[in-house]
Amino acid sequence: MNRTMTISLTVNGQRVERAVEPRMHLADFLREELHLIGTHIGCEHGICGACTVLMNGDSVRACLTFAVQADGADITTVEGLGRVDELSPLQQAFREHHALQCGFCTPGMLITAIDLMQKDIAPTPADVRDALSGNLCRCTGYQNIVEAVLAVMAARVRTSDGAASVAGEGDD
Amino acid sequence: MKPAAFEYVRPKTVADAVAALAAYDGEAKVIAGGQSLVPVMNFRLLAPAALVDINGIAGLDFIAETAEGGLRIGALVRHHRLMTAAAVRARFPVLAEAMRHVAHLAIRNRGTIGGSLSHADPAAELPMMTVLLDATLRVAGPNGMREVAAADFFTGALATVLAKDELLTEVVLPPLACAGWAFHEFAQRAGDYALAAVGVTLTTIDGRAADVRLAVTGVGEKPLRLAAAEAALNGQPLDAERIATAVATVRAAVTPSDDLHGSADYRRHLVGGLVGRALQDAGRRARNPSQKSS
Repeated sequence: MNRTMTISLTVNGQRVERAVEPRMHLADFLREELHLIGTHIGCEHGICGACTVLMNGDSVRACLTFAVQADGADITTVEGLGRVDELSPLQQAFREHHALQCGFCTPGMLITAIDLMQKDIAPTPADVRDALSGNLCRCTGYQNIVEAVLAVMAARVRTSDGAASVAGEGDD
Repeated sequence: MKPAAFEYVRPKTVADAVAALAAYDGEAKVIAGGQSLVPVMNFRLLAPAALVDINGIAGLDFIAETAEGGLRIGALVRHHRLMTAAAVRARFPVLAEAMRHVAHLAIRNRGTIGGSLSHADPAAELPMMTVLLDATLRVAGPNGMREVAAADFFTGALATVLAKDELLTEVVLPPLACAGWAFHEFAQRAGDYALAAVGVTLTTIDGRAADVRLAVTGVGEKPLRLAAAEAALNGQPLDAERIATAVATVRAAVTPSDDLHGSADYRRHLVGGLVGRALQDAGRRARNPSQKSS
């Protein structure tokens, strides 16, 4: 029953290959095999959102995905968003808006916000709150997190004529 | 919080998946998105000997428009795609609306319609929508394909007619010619399973309701169509009196149970309120079809 399977995938642009047990979650794989401990493990049953990563561009719960299912996939974790000396715009906004306190939920919040912004060209504040409601924060509070995401979206609209022209036309 | 060990097979065809399920003689589970299965495995409420991962099977991830005006939807279609697909929004806006209530973005990205229907949670949205929309479910087994009406597919809480060596492959939605529709749900938090939810489709002819369909979930062991309430509404104006009668009929027909989140009485009351709102909204849309979703 402990038979391992060899998987190869791309994580933050790097090709990796490992032999893993089928029962290993993607979250444990990232942390224990690749030592990418930015992906946090909270509830381990898909509720808290702390382990959310991008898989082939879409946000997924890494605790509800087995590593063997990510064979051939392209994974982005929080480590792939920016560097300490070169934060991504969203990370910079989190910093400026005090959108993190203990930081446990932050990786999942960042990944979720990125997926929201790539799927929805002009999310409303209500859309942002709805999307982030799938990620639990128990200390910072959501207000500053929502403000950080909205600030990035506002900057995006200002810098993009195409996005600005449709910003007021959300159809739901 | 880690699952027990299991063997893992990744068939390339439906036939190979069915053969694998048969080979494990009921000890294997199908995994697609895994969004319902993996949590119960993490809790070790379930420890299957093997997982048959169907994500690599070509030809199950499609949304196809039928010539008659319906849709065929493959079992591997993810919730997010079903929610956003232009064909779904155009032909079944009530379904697109219902999908907005299914969990959260990351779950909708991964969870599949085949998985949700096979899991058959008694408070899930999608099983109710197949019952509301008179869907046909296509199932592959050792002896080939069979078709099951959605109304016959769900047999109880987390229970369906699927045999342990069968695989749901496709949902067929017949055309829906009703301009009036509504979906209403109450959950404790956005994305939670419904405490109660209601779906309605109808049309109006000379101010009177016709072809009324009314389904509820979260208030019994399985999703329920309310045939008596539907029949009482057909041919009648959707006025306050008729709607109140339908609400009373639904409250009398449902069989909710007490749980941590609400008493049976509370759910019975709640579902009635949602039915009233849904009938009003559906009636309003039927009179003014250009109106957008709420």
